[in-house]
Amino acid sequence: MTTLHSRVDIKPTKPWAPTPRQLLPDFITALLTVAVAFVTVGFTPLKGKLGFSVMVIIYAIIFSALLSLIRQDRKAAINSITTVLVYIAGLFVILPLASILYEIVKRGIGGLSLGIFTTDMAVTASDAPLNEGGLLHALIGTLYIVVIATLLSVPIGILTALYLTEVKGRGAGVVRFFVQAMSGVPSIVAGLFIYAVWMIALGNTYSAAAGAMALTILMIPTVARTSEEVLKLIPNDLREAGVALGGTQWRTVAMIVIPAARSGLITAVILGIARVAGETAPLLLTMGGADALNLNPLDGNSSALPFYIWKNFTLGTELAIQRAWTGILVLMILVLIFFTFARVVGSRKGSSK
Amino acid sequence: MNKPEGDDMNQKTAQVNSLANVAAARATAKSALTSQRSSDNFTEDVRRVGAGLQAQNVHAWFSNKHVLEDVSLNFDFGTVTALIGPSGCGKSTFIRILNRMHEFIPGAAMAGQVLLEGQDIYRSGVDVTKIRLGIGMVFQKPNPFPSMTIKENVLSGLKLAQLKVSNQDELLEDCLIRAGLWSEVKDRLDEYGGALSGGQQQRLCIARSLAVKPEVLLMDEPCSALDPGSTLRIEETIRELSSSMTIVIVTHNMQQAARVSDQTAFFLSDGGPGRMIEVSSTSDIFSNPRDKRTEDYVTGRFG
Repeated sequence: MTTLHSRVDIKPTKPWAPTPRQLLPDFITALLTVAVAFVTVGFTPLKGKLGFSVMVIIYAIIFSALLSLIRQDRKAAINSITTVLVYIAGLFVILPLASILYEIVKRGIGGLSLGIFTTDMAVTASDAPLNEGGLLHALIGTLYIVVIATLLSVPIGILTALYLTEVKGRGAGVVRFFVQAMSGVPSIVAGLFIYAVWMIALGNTYSAAAGAMALTILMIPTVARTSEEVLKLIPNDLREAGVALGGTQWRTVAMIVIPAARSGLITAVILGIARVAGETAPLLLTMGGADALNLNPLDGNSSALPFYIWKNFTLGTELAIQRAWTGILVLMILVLIFFTFARVVGSRKGSSK
Repeated sequence: MNKPEGDDMNQKTAQVNSLANVAAARATAKSALTSQRSSDNFTEDVRRVGAGLQAQNVHAWFSNKHVLEDVSLNFDFGTVTALIGPSGCGKSTFIRILNRMHEFIPGAAMAGQVLLEGQDIYRSGVDVTKIRLGIGMVFQKPNPFPSMTIKENVLSGLKLAQLKVSNQDELLEDCLIRAGLWSEVKDRLDEYGGALSGGQQQRLCIARSLAVKPEVLLMDEPCSALDPGSTLRIEETIRELSSSMTIVIVTHNMQQAARVSDQTAFFLSDGGPGRMIEVSSTSDIFSNPRDKRTEDYVTGRFG
């Protein structure tokens, strides 16, 4: 009877997983790869870490292909060559990123203290000890410009995307072309544009708002293009269902299309912030730079973290460079906080199904 | 029907007879229902005389391609009309013309009139959203709104059309009961619609259409993505709804057409634009078709 069978203790197994015995040749091959690479570097003119890495890659491809060839056939050998290549490609992406993160934390952590978040550099010389002065002015400036640029560019960017995907108006082709062209604008040109129009022609002074406007020019195309891609993925069925229920196009978009695309649109905003948070060049022209805290975003010289970093690096003293590294660390943490915040807000109503 | 074509033909004949029987049984049940209803409330029936939908000399084009030619068809209030025919014969195009969804396809054009309560829904100055409010639609693929719960899905039409309803919970329950879904979801109204099975999702979409109280419900192959059990549930739903509204259903399933409809229209395209070959009571279409092509189609000899 089947009930009797089911009482026999059956454990879930994974027959497709290799046993340790089967893995032994793989392990030996890996060791062999490293060993042979070591020997090659030792006995040939090829020297150093770079030479060793190159040899490991080459030997890994050769040995794993040979192992597969012995085990199975030519197809398996080609398969393992591509596998190794894909892993190497992945490594090339992760390695620089990990090393940058490691370097920033290692060098920046020395200057990190509570004091830097409460004071500015108004009365502190650049060669003063690290426990004097801080980057409050730059932190506040960055917060101002990122928030203002986001408030300006997100509505414009998303409305542009809606025009392209929902309205599909007569000008859609032209708008799409200009959005694409805009995403290629060098950041210094955006800064120059605001400098020439907003400040020279219209007579405004340096301010955080002027910096934010320059960043807006850079952020709009990123937000618009990403949003457009996201909105295109929303099935047309949903739009038709909304309209068939007697909704106007606007209400259908607002009630159905945008909520359905919500998490993707938040990603678009995050990518936009990521695009501008570390920009320095346009800020040089539009914010003027300052060592004192300026709480008014609409008027007066102000600073931002990239600005603070740039300034301290150009000063070049040991303590100034330490301050710059700490500034980089703070900027990185700030961007991380922005991302986390956006994700949390975006997933509050867990609906991305 | 004693043609000397052997077993195969006899089998087909038997099949046709069984379809005809189903349709005939349906007609009897329906007339009983109708007579009962007419005695129920005379004034309400008077109101319904003008209701229903009439398509007059409808043509359709996509860009320059003529896809539907001269279809005239009456949909009386309280009846179910099945549109049958092979793929690409213009059934879906026709049904989309009936609630002005046709115009969403780039390059679409049409000619003719569609009368709702005697007035052309394509006349100039008409409020399209009101038309679609009165003529609901259920699509081939279940498409509940992913960002909304079951409850919000059912009531979404009210929000979309900005209608005010005094007792939302009552309406919610009523729509879900009429769509045959209430008992399955009454304890999980705040879950997302995507969590339901395909058949339940489709009934949720039907409930959603009912919430705005349409006079006409168009269904474009509503069961083509569903298993037989869910299909049966939806057919029961259609039968229950048919006494209070006009229903038009596109289907590729002959059995389904025989089971749920009072009137059946057969569409066919011979490479050119699709035409309506024949329209008649469902029992006549399956037992006594006038046109040879209809007979061939319903007996499964082609298509």
